[in-house]
Amino acid sequence: MKHVFFAVVLGLFFSVNLIQAQSFSNVQLKTLERQTVQSGDVIQNDEGPVLLCFWATWCKPCIKELNAYNELYPDWEEETGVKIILISTDNARSMHRVAPFVNGKGWEFDVYIDANSDLKRAMNVVNIPHTFLLNSEGEVVWQHTSYMEGDEAEVYEQIQAITVNNE
Amino acid sequence: MIKITVKVLPLLMMCASLQLRAQEGRVTGNFQGDFQYYISDTTINAVSPDERLLMNSYANFTYHKGNFSAGLRYEGYLNTLAGFPGEVCRNDGVGIPHRWARFSKNGLEITAGNFYEQFGNGLSLRTYEEKNLGIDNSLDGVRVKYNPVFGLNITGLVGKQRYYFDYGPGIVRGFDAEIGINDVIKPLMDKMLRIRLGGSFVSKYQDDNDPVYVLPENVATTAARLNVNYKLFNLETEYAYKINDPSQDNNYIYKPGQAFLATSTYSQSGLGILLSTKWVDNMSFRSDRNAVLTDLNINLLPEITKNHVYTLAAYYPYATQPAGEWGIQAEIFYKFKRKTTLGGTYGTQIALNYARVHNIDKTQVSDTIPLNAMGTDGYKTQFFSVGEELYFEDINVEVSKKWTKKFKSVLTYQHLTLDNNILLQSEYHGMIKAHIGIADLTYKLNSDYSISTELQGMFTDQDKGNWALGLIEINAPNVFFTIMDNWNYGNPEKDQRIHYFTLGMGYVKGGSRIQLSYGKQRQGVMCVGGVCRMVPASNGVMLSMSSTF
Repeated sequence: MKHVFFAVVLGLFFSVNLIQAQSFSNVQLKTLERQTVQSGDVIQNDEGPVLLCFWATWCKPCIKELNAYNELYPDWEEETGVKIILISTDNARSMHRVAPFVNGKGWEFDVYIDANSDLKRAMNVVNIPHTFLLNSEGEVVWQHTSYMEGDEAEVYEQIQAITVNNE
Repeated sequence: MIKITVKVLPLLMMCASLQLRAQEGRVTGNFQGDFQYYISDTTINAVSPDERLLMNSYANFTYHKGNFSAGLRYEGYLNTLAGFPGEVCRNDGVGIPHRWARFSKNGLEITAGNFYEQFGNGLSLRTYEEKNLGIDNSLDGVRVKYNPVFGLNITGLVGKQRYYFDYGPGIVRGFDAEIGINDVIKPLMDKMLRIRLGGSFVSKYQDDNDPVYVLPENVATTAARLNVNYKLFNLETEYAYKINDPSQDNNYIYKPGQAFLATSTYSQSGLGILLSTKWVDNMSFRSDRNAVLTDLNINLLPEITKNHVYTLAAYYPYATQPAGEWGIQAEIFYKFKRKTTLGGTYGTQIALNYARVHNIDKTQVSDTIPLNAMGTDGYKTQFFSVGEELYFEDINVEVSKKWTKKFKSVLTYQHLTLDNNILLQSEYHGMIKAHIGIADLTYKLNSDYSISTELQGMFTDQDKGNWALGLIEINAPNVFFTIMDNWNYGNPEKDQRIHYFTLGMGYVKGGSRIQLSYGKQRQGVMCVGGVCRMVPASNGVMLSMSSTF
């Protein structure tokens, strides 16, 4: 019985890679000033795509990833109109660190706090960092989990691809 | 409890592999599976269970259509991985312990089934899941959220807490309201001074079947919070009060509980400052008065110490003492700008952090009753009293710098002091003092390949003595390889100067990740988001898979 179970689980794992297209879900988030907002109202970009990044102040690869994006963001923004939005999954222990942390790093992104992981759960994120690319209709067109040095090149290719398609 | 047999699983798989979607709706979800094959290792007292191979797995499926959504989570523990709570057969098996349906329209959201919720900072209520710790204290019941106008949010809920594949004995009822004064009063909308008020009331009911004591069957917690924001300055406070709640946690005393949390921040581009303080007095709050460890917590008392990410920096983590503690934390983040002496070509980031935690002052309720005696009022204390006993102190500095296009570093120094009689991180009795140094170096070979190394050292005369850790990680497109040695070279017992070698590799594609590792895991405390569990020593092969779809 155990072998049957493992076979099923493995089958499930590899089959899910075929599945694409996940639309954006609407839940409550907090701004850095603690205002409650609906994710659907703030995660949008009239100018082009949105890069939605799930992270936390205690997540080492997340910080490496966002430092890399921050260096490239002015060029990306100018060339594709992309908006980078961070969703902090810091809980009550560390959510107060988010504003000084982000400003202390000099990051220029929009940041929202998902203190009880409601959006993380709604977007089916398992581990952070996890990045979604949304087109101008708010549909998920690409996603990526974890961060390895140099991943930003692939991210930019994906942003360019949907920007070109939209044009 | 709803249980299914493995015969149902092929159906679930089919749902995914056939990309099941209703004509107008859609199905999304995720999967996570962790498998470990255990090998006995007498050098580290690692025991192989009878099953040899253990597994924890989860699969979420959510159906969305318009304003309606519904979901379920399959969970399988065959049998539960070593070290997870409930491993003594309590959690073994498969089932669908999490299922829910939700409808939302015009600011009204109704959820029936399992849900997670947090009021304010969580001092009165926080239900959440943390799979890495085996925690899921979701409520199963009904929740209504209403947002009649922008700036006003109301939540009401009733439910029973999940207890592995069963329920806790108590019933939890809660109400929370939050109002943004500037959002609802139009003349104040454009003012720089912004005020937000919130309040919550949470009550639990549990039968009193104690043969000796008369116990309160309804226990209420009330909390109020205030947030003030002015330009770059932010202040956030919350105070919670709980009526007497004799429980296993407090040795069945009849004293009410209190908790206070305040955090202020100031930040502008390139600079962030945080100051926070916390005071806790007898504030454990569970839906079963006899529960222990991580079971059936209704609230969360967050630590205000830094959550370290490097292995040796996180070796002695802090965990909140619900029986009583006072703490402070100060942190400064600063970025030296590019093209300055300290900033160099790319800028330099620095973070300074200091945290200190003490006991609170407790005095006897009378000369004849010892402190915290069962069945009494326990002790007396003054609000915000600070005791002389130091529980934990952490001072650390971290400097991050990119030197060239290809090379960057993060250097960390930390000095820790902790009372292990209170924090119980190991069998050692007494205070532990440790110096920790870490160098995290990354070199980018070309656009596709990079190599990262971590060199860590912890130096202490107490507990298990000095540790050294070396890690090399090689990254290639979609693939990574790691080799790590965590060496307890300074253990006072020479035969315990053990190398904990680990080899690992992984593959990442889109939203899916698979990782295989082999090696020894030391016994210790694992913490995520401020909650901790003991991890037993182990040796073996670990396979982890996850996917989002």
